[in-house]
Amino acid sequence: MNVNQVAENLALSHQEQLVDLPKNYPLSENEDEGDSDGERKHQKLLEAIISLDGKNRRKLAERSEASLKVSEFSVSSEGSGEKLGLADLLEPVKTSSSLATVKKQLNRVKSKKVVELPLNKEKIEQIHREVAFSKTSQVLSKWDPIILKNQQAEQLVFPLGKEQPAIAPIEHALSGWKARTPLEQEIFNLLHKNKQPVTDPLLTPMEKASLQAMSLEEAKMHRAELQRARALQSYYEAKARKEKKIKSKKYHKVVKKGKAKKALKEFEQLQKVNPTVALEEMEKIENARMMERMSLKHQNSGKWAKSKAIMAKYDLEARQAMQEQLAKNKELTQKLQVASESEEEEGGTEVEELLVPHVANEVQMNVDGPNPWMFRSCTSDTKEAATQEDPEQVPELAAHEVSASEAEERPVAEEEILLREFEERQSLRKRSELNQDAEPASSQETKDSSSQEVLSELRALSQKLKEKHQSRKQKASSEGTVPQVQREEPAPEEAEPLLLQRSERVQTLEELEELGKEDCFQNKELPRPVLEGQQSERTPNNRPDAPKEKKEKEQLINLQNFLTTQSPSVRSLAVPTIIEELEDEEERDQRQMIKEAFAGDDVIRDFLKEKREAVEASKPKDVDLTLPGWGEWGGVGLKPSAKKRRQFLIKAPEGPPRKDKNLPNVIISEKRNIHAAAHQVQVLPYPFTHHRQFERTIQTPIGSTWNTQRAFQKLTTPKVVTKPGHIIKPIKAEDVGYQSSSRSDLPVIQRNPKRITTRHNKEEKL
Amino acid sequence: MKVKMLSRNPDNYVRETKLDLQRVPRNYDPALHPFEVPREYIRALNATKLERVFAKPFLASLDGHRDGVNCLAKHPEKLATVLSGACDGEVRIWNLTQRNCIRTIQAHEGFVRGICTRFCGTSFFTVGDDKTVKQWKMDGPGYGDEEEPLHTILGKTFLLGSCASDRNIVLYDMRQATPLKKVILDMRTNTICWNPMEAFIFTAANEDYNLYTFDMRALDTPVMVHMDHVSAVLDVDYSPTGKEFVSASFDKSIRIFPVDKSRSREVYHTKRMQHVICVKWTSDSKYIMCGSDEMNIRLWKANASEKLGVLTSREKAAKDYNQKLKEKFQHYPHIKRIARHRHLPKSIYSQIQEQRIMKEARRRKEVNRIKHSKPGSVPLVSEKKKHVVAVVK
Repeated sequence: MNVNQVAENLALSHQEQLVDLPKNYPLSENEDEGDSDGERKHQKLLEAIISLDGKNRRKLAERSEASLKVSEFSVSSEGSGEKLGLADLLEPVKTSSSLATVKKQLNRVKSKKVVELPLNKEKIEQIHREVAFSKTSQVLSKWDPIILKNQQAEQLVFPLGKEQPAIAPIEHALSGWKARTPLEQEIFNLLHKNKQPVTDPLLTPMEKASLQAMSLEEAKMHRAELQRARALQSYYEAKARKEKKIKSKKYHKVVKKGKAKKALKEFEQLQKVNPTVALEEMEKIENARMMERMSLKHQNSGKWAKSKAIMAKYDLEARQAMQEQLAKNKELTQKLQVASESEEEEGGTEVEELLVPHVANEVQMNVDGPNPWMFRSCTSDTKEAATQEDPEQVPELAAHEVSASEAEERPVAEEEILLREFEERQSLRKRSELNQDAEPASSQETKDSSSQEVLSELRALSQKLKEKHQSRKQKASSEGTVPQVQREEPAPEEAEPLLLQRSERVQTLEELEELGKEDCFQNKELPRPVLEGQQSERTPNNRPDAPKEKKEKEQLINLQNFLTTQSPSVRSLAVPTIIEELEDEEERDQRQMIKEAFAGDDVIRDFLKEKREAVEASKPKDVDLTLPGWGEWGGVGLKPSAKKRRQFLIKAPEGPPRKDKNLPNVIISEKRNIHAAAHQVQVLPYPFTHHRQFERTIQTPIGSTWNTQRAFQKLTTPKVVTKPGHIIKPIKAEDVGYQSSSRSDLPVIQRNPKRITTRHNKEEKL
Repeated sequence: MKVKMLSRNPDNYVRETKLDLQRVPRNYDPALHPFEVPREYIRALNATKLERVFAKPFLASLDGHRDGVNCLAKHPEKLATVLSGACDGEVRIWNLTQRNCIRTIQAHEGFVRGICTRFCGTSFFTVGDDKTVKQWKMDGPGYGDEEEPLHTILGKTFLLGSCASDRNIVLYDMRQATPLKKVILDMRTNTICWNPMEAFIFTAANEDYNLYTFDMRALDTPVMVHMDHVSAVLDVDYSPTGKEFVSASFDKSIRIFPVDKSRSREVYHTKRMQHVICVKWTSDSKYIMCGSDEMNIRLWKANASEKLGVLTSREKAAKDYNQKLKEKFQHYPHIKRIARHRHLPKSIYSQIQEQRIMKEARRRKEVNRIKHSKPGSVPLVSEKKKHVVAVVK
């Protein structure tokens, strides 16, 4: 570096000297005479220096000659090489000074910016490459969505692009085809005659004409007509629907009557006009009626009737019911003859008919309804009543019977009857209690346990219901005309608690016992406590109170336990007392914290319990091989003798000690089966993030045994499908919907543009 | 009296024609079909075993060349036509269905370095060691005509790929005069192949036994390093579906890799197959061809246990079901073991063992170096980055 600089400096100094030389030279010439020796020496030195640069030396030689000529006038040889022009001579004439031009030039130079050196070729190429690369990669990135879509696709069917069917449309095929054989020609002639389209198979002129035949106005009218018809139809439909929806029976009755009247009028008119036709009509109507009568279900042919017929041998009730039904049938069929006299009465009978089967059904309901117990109690009560034969009860019984008969005639709610019966029972009971001294035998009879229970229950129920029903009963008596349906509605609501009570009684034996005891002690106050107890059981609000308290107590105890278990370990630490105190405080705080945090649960006890259970479960079990009844007496309630049991009990060998025997805070499960582990997946496979995910995929079967055909096909679709014998072309921009707009766009990178081969290198080496 | 009987609509159980399938009513109540997982597991196990039993990939060997097969080319329009160039300058055209040679051309003196067909399939080009590029008609000459190339270009130097010896891959764009980018790998790259379905992905077969899949937009790290070969990889070709590729190696075997897996799913070898120089995946993605040193072209099934020919719908359904079962239970140890098991020639097997030991030693050394040096002073380089020396812009 330094060496170079020095060399440069030297070169520069030479040049300066050379520039100066023309000036110096004449001077030296002047002194030529003075000291020629010094001159010569100087000349030599100059020559030696100049000789360093060959180019300048030549120039100098020339100049020296010229200077020799001019030196006599002692004029400097500046600009000696230039030609003298006229303009140069004239210059001084000009007013403008030469300095101005120089200034101008200087200004111009200043104003111009310095032009940078052009980059070297490599750098330029690199920039070009970078630009080209970024452009190409940008263009390529537009493939990203397509490739992503293909990668995520459920199924890819190759070849990707839809292949165009090779079959051309028939028109194209026909255009180049000519009829040659006579048959073909004939057919073509026929077609042409009919003006059948040959090349464009759309419609014949005839068909077109027929299509166009209907004018616009006509079409419009036709359409309007259709619309009107449709509107009317929909209107009538709506009306009919509305009418059908009306629930009022009265309305329907009125409508029916109206219809009947209308029919009657028509019939009368017909009678006047044409009696024979009217007669036929009447016969027809009668026939229809008869058919209807015959088909009615009171002929002992139904399922219920059959079952009753079987029972009739043994059961008087069933027989009675059957007979009742037969009677009803007879009644109905008789009515036909009566009713056939006039049309007017028919309407009335129809209403009656509506009622009658309803009643019959109700009777059935009573017989084998959902609550046979109630019926039984009823009958038993009647029996009791019969056995008691109290003269005072007779009128009441009679009244009851009357009411029963009423029920038969007039449909009354079951509940009502029951209620009445209960009240009677109660009054009866009271009376019997009053008469206990007088008639002990009868009271004893009534005091058999079962009947007593039943009675007590009934009483409870009646007491409860009485308050509510009294008002209702009054209402019922005052408003005898209240429709049946309305009265029936509330009945099941009241019936429910009775049913519930019963079911609960059956459930708890203890209560039964309690009830029995209470029965013994206090007969009068029987129902109340029972009811209360049951209520408390039933109502969720009252119930949890007691257990809650218990729980709280338990928790308190547990917490204490917890603290005491902790404390010894703390005490055992040998720490100075002061610190201990401090620590104690801290501990107390901590304890308090823990207490608050785990107020609800006792973790340690739970854990210990769990561990105990785990240990118990893992212990080998003893095997008992005793066979009861083998070699001795067997039967219910007999056990094999202790000796035998001892003899045949195989004690399980005690297993190896548990691994967590000395670890109080740990449960080590020893269930792991090494043989199974060989078949299980040890590590969670890659795409899954949670073991549950993986397990779920394994647990959902994909076979056709567990899935429908459609699901099976869907589950087993392969990801990639290729058709044999079809060439799969590389993906193209056109296939995926891109149009290559310009060449610079380069949507498709050429496939395998270069094949970088080793062979070439080999070749070069060769 | 009423007689009660079952009444059925014959429409529900009578076939319309004899060709219809019998309807089998099924009850899909899961209670009636218990143990679904164990049953499916057994099915999967059996399917995996059967797959191995039926894995007979080798189909045919085409012999006739008198020197090692150096290059292969597919016909773009016909699946059955294949062209091959040998080391003695001979080019042969084969018919795969008949498995015979249709035509033989003495194209060059010395090696045939490369063959490629025109996009329309009417002619093909060959490049030879005699520094010429020749264009040939695909159809043979008429009776009495001489076998002559359409054009002959006398070249002084090779056109492309002079850059392989200095271990790099250069990307060019044919429409722009300049190359785009260059990546330098550890060792020389023998071949690259572009993924036909993903425009910017290519795979390079390298001398260092590995294959590298690159995204051409980010050349500094390969997308995937595929390693299983035990010698230099000489050729690579993509399946037309773009999901897999096949590689030919100097270790006398060819391997099939899924694009997104670093390990091969299949290895093919035969006793007589020597160093495999070129490999091609047919354009219906069903077969693989490979040309090797001992003058033969071999035809393989791309899917070793696949049944060739037409499948009935039931066969197809069973195949799909088995495939799905294998996929579902592939992580179970027994099934995995059976599915992965391949028989290998002793040389390859022992080399694999050896290389495993070497690799382990290298890894151990690296770990030790990291362990015993100042934390952070020895960077941990991932396997993908390890092989890329530099990227030149």
